[in-house]
Amino acid sequence: MSWLKKTFSSTIGRKFAMALSALFLLVFLLQHFAINITSVFSAGLFNELSHFMGTNPLVQFLLQPVLIAGILLHFILGVYLEMTNKAARPIAYAQYRGSASATWMSRNMAYSGMAILLFMSLHFYDFWVPEIVYKYVEVNPEDPFRYYEELVHKFQNPVRIGLYVAAFVFLSLHLLHGFQSAFQSLGARHPKYYPLIEKLGKIYAIGIPAGFVFIALYHHFFHA
Amino acid sequence: MKLKLKIWRQKNAQDKGKMVDYDIEGVSGDMSFLEMLDVLNNQLIGKDEDPVAFDHDCREGICGSCSLFINGEAHGPDRLITTCQLHMRKFKDGDTVYIEPFRAGAFPVIKDLVVDRSALDRIQQAGGYVSVNTSGNTQDANAIPVPKSDADKAFDAATCIGCGACVASCKNASAMLFVAAKVSQFALLPQGKIEAKRRVLNMVEQMDKEGFGSCTNTGACEAECPKGISLENIARMNREYLSASFTANE
Repeated sequence: MSWLKKTFSSTIGRKFAMALSALFLLVFLLQHFAINITSVFSAGLFNELSHFMGTNPLVQFLLQPVLIAGILLHFILGVYLEMTNKAARPIAYAQYRGSASATWMSRNMAYSGMAILLFMSLHFYDFWVPEIVYKYVEVNPEDPFRYYEELVHKFQNPVRIGLYVAAFVFLSLHLLHGFQSAFQSLGARHPKYYPLIEKLGKIYAIGIPAGFVFIALYHHFFHA
Repeated sequence: MKLKLKIWRQKNAQDKGKMVDYDIEGVSGDMSFLEMLDVLNNQLIGKDEDPVAFDHDCREGICGSCSLFINGEAHGPDRLITTCQLHMRKFKDGDTVYIEPFRAGAFPVIKDLVVDRSALDRIQQAGGYVSVNTSGNTQDANAIPVPKSDADKAFDAATCIGCGACVASCKNASAMLFVAAKVSQFALLPQGKIEAKRRVLNMVEQMDKEGFGSCTNTGACEAECPKGISLENIARMNREYLSASFTANE
């Protein structure tokens, strides 16, 4: 399997792995949003879906570890690539007009990625850790109706809302470049369909973070 | 026109180097950028100072010798031209102009603004060619049918002059646009298909050995390329590389 090691040690192979993990996370984020948006119009449906996701063994013991591995891979590889890329130019230019030829988003993926990672630490502290403690440490009896109330309660703190909004702005900036960049890394660029990828990327990168912000603001202002 | 020049001066590869200020007067808008440097060098020689070393050859925008990172951009502020085709009318009287070498770990400075770009040659030698029979029975290339669209794309890729502006402009000092152009110009043609797998694997391996960064798809290389080489070539190289990695016999 030395050829496989060689492939994923190359600059193109690493970008390929980065793109695959990115597409996986894009799909995950979409299903996360699809579940969360139900909380706006049906507390019952939200509870039902959350209960399924929180108790289904396939989700809990297969998809959840795969998701964590995907996040870790994307993060570790991203940091590694950023460090090796920085090392490729040991002496910096006295003047470098990066904005003349590339967007801010494309030049600052490491920083927007870091901001997202910081937000995820808060998100894990808010939702994932209490969930693990509730189910596997304290071993409380399962309550299929608790999820909606927990969500609404979390969104009452204005500081948390502010952090959520800021984080989703960074997520949007990250995705405005990242979505189409993932397809480019996979080699999927052709004049026939690339404009569609770019359009879908913009819709996703603005629509999904805006949707998450809407959910947070909705519960903050309408369930105070 | 009067200009303040801030030029990178470095005695040799071992020297640390620094930016040095020069004032130059009587610059005409019709001069090319390199002619302006010639005038400066004449003044320096007249004062018994060491002239500024910079690369140049054809001065017609086709050889890829001239480089220079001018005011933060490879080949200066204009698009689709090399430094030798940049004219001083692009600058205003009193402007400060930063002139630096193309910077990358793989492009060590030899002197002042001259960098060693032989890393690109070594990548080319690793696979950027087609093996042809030269024993007297060489087949006429025109006898092999090539679809017009493929020929056009291959020709567009082949217009790369290997100047290294893509490396200089990329925030990661990545050489992927150069390598992609060299891979594409052969991969699209029937003559290049025979060695296609080994070519892309060897060229990418050499590119990584030289210490160039990886592509983060910012598009700076395409924007600054004097020949307008498209990012589509990088996508093609990615496809060629991944496909060759999984299907090559070796």
